[in-house]
Amino acid sequence: MTAHGEATTTAVRTPAVGLDIDAIRADFPILGRAVRGGNKLIYLDSGATSHKPRQVLDAERDFYTTHNAAAHRGAHLLGEEATDAYEGARTRIATFLHADPGEIVFTKSATEAVNLVAYAMSNAATSGPEAARFTVGPGDEVLVTELEHHANLVPWQQLCQRTGATLRWFNLTPDGRLDLGNIGELINPRTKLVAVTHQSNVTGTVPPVAEIAAAAHAVGALVIADGAQSVPHQPVDVTTLGADFLVFSGHKMLGPSGIGVLWGRRPLLEAMPPFITGGSMIEVVRMEGSTFLPPPERFEAGVPAAAQAVGLAAACDYLDAIGMENVAAHEEELTAHALQVLGGIPGVRILGPLDTDHRGGAVSFLVDGIHPHDAGQVLDELGIAVRTGHHCAWPLHRALHAQSSTRATFYVYNTLDEVDALADGIQQAQKFFGLKVS
Amino acid sequence: MELESMYQEIILEHYRRPLHSGLREPFDAEVQHVNPTCGDEVRLRVTLKDADGEPVLADVSYDALGCSISQASVSVMADMIIGKTVNEALEISEEFLRLMQSRGEAEPDEDILGDAVAFEGVSKYPARIKCALLGWMAWKDATARALSARGGEADKEQG
Repeated sequence: MTAHGEATTTAVRTPAVGLDIDAIRADFPILGRAVRGGNKLIYLDSGATSHKPRQVLDAERDFYTTHNAAAHRGAHLLGEEATDAYEGARTRIATFLHADPGEIVFTKSATEAVNLVAYAMSNAATSGPEAARFTVGPGDEVLVTELEHHANLVPWQQLCQRTGATLRWFNLTPDGRLDLGNIGELINPRTKLVAVTHQSNVTGTVPPVAEIAAAAHAVGALVIADGAQSVPHQPVDVTTLGADFLVFSGHKMLGPSGIGVLWGRRPLLEAMPPFITGGSMIEVVRMEGSTFLPPPERFEAGVPAAAQAVGLAAACDYLDAIGMENVAAHEEELTAHALQVLGGIPGVRILGPLDTDHRGGAVSFLVDGIHPHDAGQVLDELGIAVRTGHHCAWPLHRALHAQSSTRATFYVYNTLDEVDALADGIQQAQKFFGLKVS
Repeated sequence: MELESMYQEIILEHYRRPLHSGLREPFDAEVQHVNPTCGDEVRLRVTLKDADGEPVLADVSYDALGCSISQASVSVMADMIIGKTVNEALEISEEFLRLMQSRGEAEPDEDILGDAVAFEGVSKYPARIKCALLGWMAWKDATARALSARGGEADKEQG
């Protein structure tokens, strides 16, 4: 099999949008390491987690080596600096999304952010009258889609189970887009919440969130968008998104693990009861009961993940320096190339849209006669890291008649040559199993 | 090449032509096991009979959906354990589990493991160990259920 180890010094073929890929790649120390068989790492799994540039690692390290303390506690200098760093990160992330800092809630992940809203909704039943609009119960409907990652599906199934509300969903079209044909029936006066991805982690599909949100708002329903795959890869402006809530994770956008974000419209956050309770989020505590701080603190119990917030802010700096329009254009070119070269291999079937119209850079595919685990194993042998399985989107795979798939995802550091290496690797897998199996 | 140490010819042979596959009647217990990380699944049935007062595996039948490693592993397993006593099969299963947990460092006992020694290369790839163990775990579960069902019947007979 071809070794890619000697390719490190040759110039990489870069897409036409003109990112200085050599300079970008030099910021990511891990891209320089060798993997199995001494091969150069070809990392096509950023949809699972992205790598971190030196700038993010330095920012986190600088926090620990210079300002480390528990934010929002203590009267000492380090405590003040840590608080400033944490709140500064909040402001930076708000700017990234065109949001107000008071609307940015730090969580540990996008998953926790979805759960925060889902549990706030069931807690609404036992909270004050201001929380009434969040309550759901028998006769109410929660609407999701077949496109969802389990993180934006299971919490809503569970909410329905706890409250007696009914779960409904949009189906998929055969090419992996949302079938909005029955939107008028699915979004109705019983609908209390619509949960929809802003970019599928399997098919790359970018649903019309604003259109869905307009229909939902017309019947008084709330809308939560899963931005785990959109915020890292395309410009996102919450003032035009349409949704009432947006969630995403830091680690998928060049930031650290252990930090996520819930953005919510301020009047909603102000009326919403807490999810996780404890220190930091209280106003007055007596043995009989407690009152809570306004948002965002109401939703941030415990000592904040300040270093991670600072790292995420540095990731926003890094992405803004490139320009999110350029990030999206770069990935669109990689995706178009992948759809073309992978789609051209006999026996390869791509899940989802076959063009880049409203489609991001997740390219999942099946190879006839080769289980995704086996395809992924051959690619790994060549140094190519992809995801195999159902990518936490089991119902989506079922809807597209796939037991599981192999997935390539792209980011700022990927090149056209790496896409070609993937296509070459798939053909080598076909050869390996073809020669031996058939 | 490393890949060939995992995909030994014997594994590809079982993947190509799995032995004892298909669900058969009668059976004493049936289980469905999945690997939630990849969605691979196996439905497996165990039929026991008595031989000199000891439970013997009269049949192990299955329907499996998954990668070459999981498919080949259940095929090798069924071929090895059908006709063996439950205790003999458990001994093989323990040895196979030890091999899988060895990260490629074990010296597998071919006398016990037979064709299953071919999975030695798989133990070097932690992400694939679950694939190789899927069928074995299903078999252990089904056998435990079949034994307890029989125990229940025996109790009834005695009572």
